[in-house]
Amino acid sequence: MGVLRVVNLGVKVGERKVLKNVNLFIKEGETFVLFGPNGSGKSTLLNALIGNPSYKVTSGRILFKKIDVTNLPTNERVKLGIGIAFQNPPKISGVKLIDVLRYCARVGGYSEDKIMELAEAMKMTDHLYREINVGFSGGEVKRSELLQLMLMNPDLVLLDEPDSGVDLENVALIGDAIRKILERDKSEEERTKSGIIITHQGHILDYVDADYAAILYNGRIACIGEPEDILNQIRNHGYEGCLVKCLRNMENSE
Amino acid sequence: MSEEYGELGVDKERLKEVGIELDSSRRSGTFLLEDQDAKTFASFFEGVEVMSIKQAMEKYDWLKDYFWKILRRDQDEFTKMADTEEVNGYFIRSLPGAKVEIPVEACLYLKKVGKQRVHNIVIAEEGSELNIISGCTSHPGVAGMHIGISEFFVKKNAKLSFTMIHSWDTTIEVRPRTAIKVEEGGSFISNYILLNPVKLVQTYPTAYVEKDATAIFNSVIVALEGSVIDSGTRAVLMGENSRAEIISRTISKGGKIIARGHIVGDAPEVKGHLECKGLMLSENGLIDAIPELEARYPNVELSHEAAIGKIAEEEIFYLMSRGLSRDEAVSAIVRGFMEIEIKGLPEALQEAIRRTIEMAEKDLL
Repeated sequence: MGVLRVVNLGVKVGERKVLKNVNLFIKEGETFVLFGPNGSGKSTLLNALIGNPSYKVTSGRILFKKIDVTNLPTNERVKLGIGIAFQNPPKISGVKLIDVLRYCARVGGYSEDKIMELAEAMKMTDHLYREINVGFSGGEVKRSELLQLMLMNPDLVLLDEPDSGVDLENVALIGDAIRKILERDKSEEERTKSGIIITHQGHILDYVDADYAAILYNGRIACIGEPEDILNQIRNHGYEGCLVKCLRNMENSE
Repeated sequence: MSEEYGELGVDKERLKEVGIELDSSRRSGTFLLEDQDAKTFASFFEGVEVMSIKQAMEKYDWLKDYFWKILRRDQDEFTKMADTEEVNGYFIRSLPGAKVEIPVEACLYLKKVGKQRVHNIVIAEEGSELNIISGCTSHPGVAGMHIGISEFFVKKNAKLSFTMIHSWDTTIEVRPRTAIKVEEGGSFISNYILLNPVKLVQTYPTAYVEKDATAIFNSVIVALEGSVIDSGTRAVLMGENSRAEIISRTISKGGKIIARGHIVGDAPEVKGHLECKGLMLSENGLIDAIPELEARYPNVELSHEAAIGKIAEEEIFYLMSRGLSRDEAVSAIVRGFMEIEIKGLPEALQEAIRRTIEMAEKDLL
């Protein structure tokens, strides 16, 4: 069954048209990795999916669990089961991490005990009564974002560069957490969680065996394939080289 | 105790709004001034004295040396108005070395007079610790003016925290005149909370901070439609290695706020920080932040930070992505904005501040 279907999506940020005719289909239990150079529109796609009002949908539709969510406010999408971990979440003075975790637990239907248990697992217990993201290190921000995701327990998990600016020790912790969130340890038939992961370096792929990878280039999806394969091609030929090769293959297949 | 208060004819709900408990088990002393009359006062703790300034002047001959010591009688028309035989107020003193953690409460209640004239003196004697919560309010429907002279003396190595909650009415004009002397090694913490409508508040307390001493001022001020609040704090760092921190959070929802701050570095090795943050919650209204830093020595460290704006959309969206509706997100951000973490304040007072903020929230959102 398809969980997410994105049809001909166009998105504008300010006056700039960032996404053009993006089409995407994700099945229940599937995890997608999204590569692409800076500014190609990867974060824009995730922000449009969660309904960030700064990202205006100019064309197309977003269907989640067969419901058209294109015009729904963010919190309604969250209630339906979309969850996001941001790359650079804002600092909010006076609002403590514990407050936000309680909001998340309300979405996921978890108790206070579960908050403590997961905070422990993500090594964030010392930060519970600190203002959210204020003075957090890069790794702490990522761990806090994942902890919030876990408590919301979404069916579609959007991860915006969960491994960027993170040291090796944190990458392992974060990688393990994402593998659990996306149920990658379960057998294919048992998986119910779907995900889109944006990554630059691909470190996260050492921990999470994604099903597919795609390159977002110049506002369009190109080059869908095996994650390892695509990552190697990007490493060896760069994005441009990889795309040229892909397009040639496509021409051949036509 | 609470029954005694009942006979006084004060509006208990109004007192609760300003943190007055009316419960002797939760306070180490109490004082209630209705118009010019000290209706009740008592100390429940042997290390602290609580009485009316009139009675204290009779009891202690030396007290006249503290009266108008750090404020001038002729400072302005309001100090002149307060310089009268009728004046009354509280005298609160912690004895040398006494540790009075449970707060003393003092309430100034404007019931019917046109002008309430108050003169308070607080002394934390050498090495003592004293916590005070002061609630100032008026009887529902009454119109008038409150003029309050307050002189605070924090002696060597003493600690004094003073939490003041105001809840007036659109018919009341308020002119507090305050000065604080913090002697060597002493520390003074002031918290000022004003969340309800008022016609006008105009105040500019000054702290004189001596060697190795500290003064910290926190204020949370809300101006609703029709309110004018001109509130500032000045700290004169006059002793080596003295410190001051002045933090204000102001919210305008149609009202006018002038948030002033002034730190004077008048001795070597002093440190001062000013922080004025303002939040505009409606299209009309005004917040004017005026931070001033004045260095009179080269080796001083003075800084300020001022920011005024509306709530950031990015923050609202972030909380909505955690399941909150737009209104819930705004409310959480505003509550967070008003919450200032105050180190060294007893839990009972933190709680009083929290409750006051909660009560005022419904008018704000």
